[in-house]
Amino acid sequence: MHNIELSTKDLNVFYGEKHAVKDISLDFAAKQVTALIGPSGCGKSTFLRSLNRMNDLIDGAKITGEIWLGDENINDPKTDVVLVRQKIGMVWQRPNPFHKSIYENIAFGPRYHGIRDKRKLDQIVEESLTKAAIWNETKDRLNKSALSLSGGQQQRLCIARSIAVSPNIILMDEPASALDPISSAKIEELIADLKQEYCIIIVTHNMQQAARVSDKTAFFLMGDLVEYDDTSKIFTNPSEKRTSDYISGRFG
Amino acid sequence: MAQSGGKKRVQPHIIEEWTGKIYTSLCITFLIVTIFSMVYFVAAKGLSSFFVNGVSFKEIFGSTVWKPDGEPPLFGALPFIIGSFSTSILAALIAAPLGICAALFMVEIMPKYGKKYLQPVIELLAGIPSVVYGFVGLSVVVPFYRDLFPGQGLGIVAGATVLSIMILPTITSIATDALSALPSGLKEGSYALGATRWQTLYRTVIPTTMPALMTGVVLGMARAFGEALAVQMVIGNAPHIPTSLFESTSTLTSVITLSMGNTVMGSVQNNVLWTLAFILMAMTFIFVFTVRWLERRAKR
Repeated sequence: MHNIELSTKDLNVFYGEKHAVKDISLDFAAKQVTALIGPSGCGKSTFLRSLNRMNDLIDGAKITGEIWLGDENINDPKTDVVLVRQKIGMVWQRPNPFHKSIYENIAFGPRYHGIRDKRKLDQIVEESLTKAAIWNETKDRLNKSALSLSGGQQQRLCIARSIAVSPNIILMDEPASALDPISSAKIEELIADLKQEYCIIIVTHNMQQAARVSDKTAFFLMGDLVEYDDTSKIFTNPSEKRTSDYISGRFG
Repeated sequence: MAQSGGKKRVQPHIIEEWTGKIYTSLCITFLIVTIFSMVYFVAAKGLSSFFVNGVSFKEIFGSTVWKPDGEPPLFGALPFIIGSFSTSILAALIAAPLGICAALFMVEIMPKYGKKYLQPVIELLAGIPSVVYGFVGLSVVVPFYRDLFPGQGLGIVAGATVLSIMILPTITSIATDALSALPSGLKEGSYALGATRWQTLYRTVIPTTMPALMTGVVLGMARAFGEALAVQMVIGNAPHIPTSLFESTSTLTSVITLSMGNTVMGSVQNNVLWTLAFILMAMTFIFVFTVRWLERRAKR
């Protein structure tokens, strides 16, 4: 089967007193899309954010357990989070392009990681925008502000931006939920393309979306992992009653 | 019955509405009339030295000799204009990095203590009367410079030092607001690309909030430009262009406060002081318009 790209072992997240994520052990395979679903407040976004140590930025958040990226436990306090985040990119619900030109938005990450050569940067910009399926719309206005793009375009730009630092894994926190249906469909198509190359972990509220884009689905409830299986199995024949209740819309 | 009751209830609301409208309109009219009369008064007085007393523009803006009691009286205001600009620009240059970095510390590095303890302390600085700043400047800053550098210690550097401390709260609190208002997600976006905190602050946070940060600096400069008392106490008040930053000189504000008691209303000496006041006022307008322009740019 697929290689395991990232796995967690007994991962717990606490916000002060609140135990937001409880003993989650999950394996994420390369070149697969894993969807994390569950009602609001079930801990799926919190779990996602721990994977590239973004929870470090939140005051009072405490994360215990192990996160294995290759043969390295990246939840170790000694780990260089800068390198972790270079390997694990992230895209948010609301597009958050920098207030700079389209070109600079993409070149931003590579520059940090020491690429100064203009030709190399040009190449990365073109490649990343092409992969994010937005090159045709932006190639004639690379020096225009990224804020001049539409919401859907901005989101694809943000995906291109995270691709530009050549990560292995891309985390997506409801990447299409702030977009109109057409832009949303484009993002889904894009996810299907990116799967050829990256391990994608996506949090979504939209059950149809999870069913359409993902290979594996994990169902979270109150900080617990209820069920984790192939998407087709989860949506047609879940083994847990709670999963089938949620999927059939009985709660959540 | 129900209808008439309804009507009765409507009536007082109309009166209430109109009372409010009329009262607030009167207040705003009063404000506008006051502002316009002041501008008119200062402009009329200030311009009359040119058009009534026949002092030339060239003399005021180009000459360096200030001898209002001489025979004939000479009104070269260039030293004061230079004094005002150099002290306020130098003060902004000293205070801007300090204030912006202090704001960065309060918002980005220690948000918990920043909001709770540091911000009130900095706002406290803004409430200290300017005469106290001047007094401290005269007894601490001036002797300090006198011991370190040749000269009396009075001068542009002493003035700028005192002013920079005075405008620090303005710059810091506006920078704090600007940094807190950073669009959400930008910092996370930068961190998620593997940027360090320093790279995030330097490449994302500061450039994005730059127009708002500059607004604080310009407002601080405007305050420094208009400050009279504290500057007058430490600048030395010699009416010439200094050859060093530690030599006694004057500013527009200090020369007005020092001379206004010694001139007769309507005399050419008095009118020239009004001209200096007019220059101050015009400069303040320019500062305010600069701030407006920066704010508009920030919105785009």
